[in-house]
Amino acid sequence: MPWLDLFLGFTLCVTAGLALIARDMFRAVIMFIVFGLLMAVAWVRLQAPDIALAEAAIGAGLTGVLLLDTLGYLRRPFGSRVDNPDDRS
Amino acid sequence: MILRAILAGLLSLGVIVALGWAVLERPAPVENLPERVASAMPESGVEHPITAVLLNFRSYDTLLEIAVLLLAVVVALALREAQPDRPEQMGLDNPLLRSVMAWLLPLILVVAGFLLWAGSYQPGGAFQAGSVLAAAGVLLRLAGAHLGWLDNAALLRAGLALGLLTFIGIGMVVMLPGVPFLTYPEAHAGTLILAIELTLTLSIGLTLLSLFRLNPPYADDPDDARTQGGPKP
Repeated sequence: MPWLDLFLGFTLCVTAGLALIARDMFRAVIMFIVFGLLMAVAWVRLQAPDIALAEAAIGAGLTGVLLLDTLGYLRRPFGSRVDNPDDRS
Repeated sequence: MILRAILAGLLSLGVIVALGWAVLERPAPVENLPERVASAMPESGVEHPITAVLLNFRSYDTLLEIAVLLLAVVVALALREAQPDRPEQMGLDNPLLRSVMAWLLPLILVVAGFLLWAGSYQPGGAFQAGSVLAAAGVLLRLAGAHLGWLDNAALLRAGLALGLLTFIGIGMVVMLPGVPFLTYPEAHAGTLILAIELTLTLSIGLTLLSLFRLNPPYADDPDDARTQGGPKP
């Protein structure tokens, strides 16, 4: 299936580029997750299912969740992100 | 400006050409590693070559990897305090997600256990199972479940270190008959690898989950609705 592989490689390049040039951070994170999932498919095509599993679970899943979580904090008002001494117990 | 663009273009082109040349003209491997792994498989204690390499032939590398992971989470814990789970602030505290989680959670745990067990004869293993476990924890947290035991610092640290300590411990116990570090006896290799993988799965899952729980502390900001009404830690 050379056409599938060619298409996969092309989409990988496109999603990687979109993740890099996206102005909107949310869009960049989504593109990163899509890139990770496509990468997992690419690893399967390269007959490396072990790496595909790790890529899907860690690369796309957990890193994506962590990035989205960070984004949520970055979007909060600037002043509310400072450390408050009263908050520490 | 145009000159710089042309320069950058030439430079990128050069890198692409160099990369292409390096890939096409790579030297032939000196040793046939796949064949060596295949010939050593019977004494590894597992049936899947990747697991055999990761946890038997090159287990020292994996040990160091786990140490790096532990170091990373220790530094992260030192820099940020873990936020206690406050369901009212996760914003997803609804009955639907909760009831779906009640169905999903056993399934996720079974999948994690299967990945761990499958690692000995097909793709799978501690890293994958650990990240599935962590995903279950993240989902629970988002659904507003209270994971109070994670706030117990001593318990959390013990859990984080468990994998590495078991790995080192087993690696040292097998030295008793006078063989090098991490050289498992052939008869018990499978059992020892499974024991190491089981504790590694727990520690990796806990590591990833506690990385997710580390957040910048909330502050009292009257403009920020998310801090209103939340209990003080």
